[in-house]
Amino acid sequence: MIEVKNLDKSFADKQILHGINTVFEKGKVNMVIGQSGQGKSVLTKCIVGLHEPDEGGEIHYGGANFSEMNRKDRMLIRQEIGMLFQGSALFDSMTVEENIMFPLTMFTKMSKKEKLDRVNFCLDRVNLEGRNGLFPAECSGGMQKRIAIARAIAMNPKYLFCDEPNSGLDPKTAIVIDNLIREITYEYDITTVVITHDMNSVIEIGDNIMFIHDGRNWWSGDRKSIITTDNQEIIDFVYASDFMKEIRSSMQEKRK
Amino acid sequence: MIKALRNIGKYMTMLWIVFSRPEKWKVFRERLFHEIHFIGINSIPIVALMSVFMGGVIALQTASNMTSPWLPEYTIGYITRSSTILEFSPTMISLILAGKVGSNVASEIGTMKTTEQIDALEVMGVNSLTFLVLPKILGAVLFFPVLIIFSMGLSLVGGWLSLVLSELASTETYVVGIRSFFVPSNIVYALSKTVVFAFLIVSISSFYGYYTKGGALDVGKSATKAVVTASIAILIANFLLTQMFLL
Repeated sequence: MIEVKNLDKSFADKQILHGINTVFEKGKVNMVIGQSGQGKSVLTKCIVGLHEPDEGGEIHYGGANFSEMNRKDRMLIRQEIGMLFQGSALFDSMTVEENIMFPLTMFTKMSKKEKLDRVNFCLDRVNLEGRNGLFPAECSGGMQKRIAIARAIAMNPKYLFCDEPNSGLDPKTAIVIDNLIREITYEYDITTVVITHDMNSVIEIGDNIMFIHDGRNWWSGDRKSIITTDNQEIIDFVYASDFMKEIRSSMQEKRK
Repeated sequence: MIKALRNIGKYMTMLWIVFSRPEKWKVFRERLFHEIHFIGINSIPIVALMSVFMGGVIALQTASNMTSPWLPEYTIGYITRSSTILEFSPTMISLILAGKVGSNVASEIGTMKTTEQIDALEVMGVNSLTFLVLPKILGAVLFFPVLIIFSMGLSLVGGWLSLVLSELASTETYVVGIRSFFVPSNIVYALSKTVVFAFLIVSISSFYGYYTKGGALDVGKSATKAVVTASIAILIANFLLTQMFLL
């Protein structure tokens, strides 16, 4: 479980996040949604420590206050974190195998064979068995995302962060990635936080949903309540296109 | 001015983190050898080419300006050796390496920054500065002196070739010249300068690469800033070290 308390974040004079309070539950897919530029990625980067929150904000990983930890202790917590970046962030000078093996080499005392077995297991888990020797540049966008997921789960993380996992993917591949994230979350009972714009993902895999608007935690709920809510900002976000507006009005008529 | 001071502070903070204990010595050793190969051994061809021609031109310039009959002919070899060892090899070659290695390091680290690869390292719990920058600095500090010794030798060979081919001096007088009034501490001085220059080139380039913000265009800008700043730093350091060691 990850708990965020009174999190503010400013860059120079501009305040991006305003007193965010939330809990990301263990064993569930926690979605953070909102329009572009509302502070979703900044929130994630604050939670994993890539940005330093303003004074007073607290982030707790399983009860341990991450905000008050020194660099060394933070590094230990980070070894329990897997993260899927928007652009995959695979090391382009390394092969697929070396990418997945990297955290194992850095932080475990596994033998070469054990590491290779783990790499093959992770690749198998994301349906990419036998692609060990490829370089990231030789892989498609969907494959790169799956390799990044394989790397993220290599160390059996307790926490998984996914920053827009479906960006730039076709709808079919996006569903594959979504299902993979959901399966991994339930299978390993980890705390997963997914940042997304993709309403399809929200409806498909979102257990807990947090809507960020203007840097504030505007609304929280589950996938059922997001469809029926009367909150105008959420309605504007979820039913942005004419097609979605039509679906909403037909749903409302049915209810009548 | 305030921006420059802020950058110096940021650079010092970066160095403080760079010189932390690596997470795994085995990985660090592998990366060190990789960097020695990448930064050092790959620079041998350009260093060799520059050194031969530089030595040749120094020898020719010296010979063509020796019009006084009171100056013995071996002075050509003596001046070629002194210029090469004291200034041309350590300083000129370092300036060339600032261009080659500096732009390479800044663009490599800058690209990693803009494609979130550095963020990925940090999130995994890897100290990205120690992991990426420390092997580069150590690799350069260890191998640049080897390159400079190599450059000194080739410059003298270049000088000899140019004199012999243009028949401006004989091999015997040239050899007498390069052996005359030899002060071994000059080599120590030249290599000490090289170590300082190597450190400046790689640390400054890493600094500009690591703090790149934006996209591909900004990586290019960082590489240019890295080369310009490293070159200026070399010139200033050269002036200060010459004052310290020789005067």
